[in-house]
Amino acid sequence: MKKISLRFIGALIAAFAILLHSGAVRAELRIDITSGKIEPLPIAVPALAGGAPNESQAGQDLAGVVSADLERSGLFRPLDPRSFIQNVSVADAQPQFGDWRQINAQALVTGSVKTQADGRLRVEFRLWDVFAEQQLTGYGYTTTQQNWRRIAHIIADEVYKRITGEEGYFDTRIVYVSESGPPEKRVKRLALMDQDSANNRFLTDGRALVLTPRFSPTAQEITYLSYANGTPRVYLFNIDTGQQEVVGDFPGMTFAPRFSPDGNRVVLSRAENGVSNLFSLDLRTRRPTRLTDSQAIDTSPSFSPDGSKIVFNSDRGGSQQLYVMSADGGGAKRISFGSGKYGTPVWSPRGDLVAFTKIDGSSFFIGVMRPDGSGERLLTRDFLVEGPTWAPNGRVLMYFRQSPSDSRGHGGSPHLYSIDLTGSNQREVTTPQDASDPAWSPLLR
Amino acid sequence: MRAKIIGLLGALLLLAACSSPPPEAPPAAPPGGPGGAGGIGSTNILPGSQQDLEASAGDRVFFAFDRSDISSESQQILARQADWLRRYPNVTVTIEGHCDERGTREYNLALGERRAQAVKNVLVASGIPASRISTISYGKERPMVVGSNEEAWAQNRVAITTVN
Repeated sequence: MKKISLRFIGALIAAFAILLHSGAVRAELRIDITSGKIEPLPIAVPALAGGAPNESQAGQDLAGVVSADLERSGLFRPLDPRSFIQNVSVADAQPQFGDWRQINAQALVTGSVKTQADGRLRVEFRLWDVFAEQQLTGYGYTTTQQNWRRIAHIIADEVYKRITGEEGYFDTRIVYVSESGPPEKRVKRLALMDQDSANNRFLTDGRALVLTPRFSPTAQEITYLSYANGTPRVYLFNIDTGQQEVVGDFPGMTFAPRFSPDGNRVVLSRAENGVSNLFSLDLRTRRPTRLTDSQAIDTSPSFSPDGSKIVFNSDRGGSQQLYVMSADGGGAKRISFGSGKYGTPVWSPRGDLVAFTKIDGSSFFIGVMRPDGSGERLLTRDFLVEGPTWAPNGRVLMYFRQSPSDSRGHGGSPHLYSIDLTGSNQREVTTPQDASDPAWSPLLR
Repeated sequence: MRAKIIGLLGALLLLAACSSPPPEAPPAAPPGGPGGAGGIGSTNILPGSQQDLEASAGDRVFFAFDRSDISSESQQILARQADWLRRYPNVTVTIEGHCDERGTREYNLALGERRAQAVKNVLVASGIPASRISTISYGKERPMVVGSNEEAWAQNRVAITTVN
């Protein structure tokens, strides 16, 4: 496989808080994102001020990415820059709050961009409560020029966090399967992109069928299933070095791999004589441990964030349902009891919910339930929706949706979608080709 | 028509000349189409080949939705496959397990494997050594028939015996 050199985490981002302009901070500007339908908060994000032409271009680009992130969350309504009255061309100036109140902005982001002598970028921002005329937060960052998008995402995360009280999710990546070709001979390639669809790149060349990738907790490695060399096997892939290796020495098919939260183990399914059981593999000792020993299909495992439990789907009871067991195996208890079948469970990074795919009658659903099986809530439904993955703040899900195909192969065409935990703000995620099997990285910092 | 008959006779003569016994039933029509204006039907079915298996026994058995049980009709097809495998003791096969699109991806990989294994078990029970049979699952990744309808889905819930 072609070696891909990616400056993934490489370029350090130095951050420092920026002193507040005025007195004590009052937490008055707040969105409660757990209450049903919310009116998006009007926010103004003018271009960050920059002196030289490349700096002012960077300032515009940064503001654009920050605005787009905030808008996509469904919680903010960035105002049209053409309506801005004050020209924020001087960095660090106290805003003319009256100008911003006039266009009904409730929050305001100002900032500046400077190229340092060593060529690195220095970006500063402040978030303002327009009505209270107070600074809410401010930070500065230094990084390489090509890392500018990450700064924008980090700023968007700070704004999101300050106003909602929740961790953000914009400084993240998505690994997924990029699809092309006719349905009976689909070409599938692993692909990696920023959560706003920028910087998309392919990790495999499409010669081997690849499926179901997942990130390691550091987001520097991926585990996935590949049919390279004929047999479906689980592989590890290092994003920085491009190095790939088979996981485990099992004869026959291994699939459905996930990292443990501490990154030391991979849990996967192994087929033996037609039966599929869960095994965990210690990545340091390479020693496998059997976790289930049923005569059934046990697959699609997911660790609880504290690493103590695993939720998985099994048909040991006669139909595909969700079970929770200890991460050492044993004590499996069924948690899904609605009508239909349940699969692809994923434990929220917050630990409070499990998202899943449900099949009932001729419809597919994405839903959530508590880890004890209570509080089942369905978020979306279609001919085929499948494979939810959580944003690291446990408030947004991504999954793929596919329409029916006709006999000439038209239709089908899976695409990625994101949806809020409340079931609102469903959006298509842009990808260069058709897409499926998304997995959301942790926050990159 | 004459070209077809000559082609058929030619195929039978060729088969008779081989040391291995002829297939159970002669091919009804050469899969490649009738012989051209100028000559003999050009598709001979090689003994021990995939086409030979298809013609003699059938290369696939189908499954009910979400199931891996072998129906009695499938048992008959597999009995013929076992006979055919006994006739060509040097042939090894891979059983491919497939699923329709109405299930989740990983579960379907496992179900495809279970279907392939179910076929293997029947063949082994009929006396074919397990070492001659390997299995592979494609889950819902390689549908035989495209289309989101019951007919296509039924065709895709299948285990196909492929000659290695």
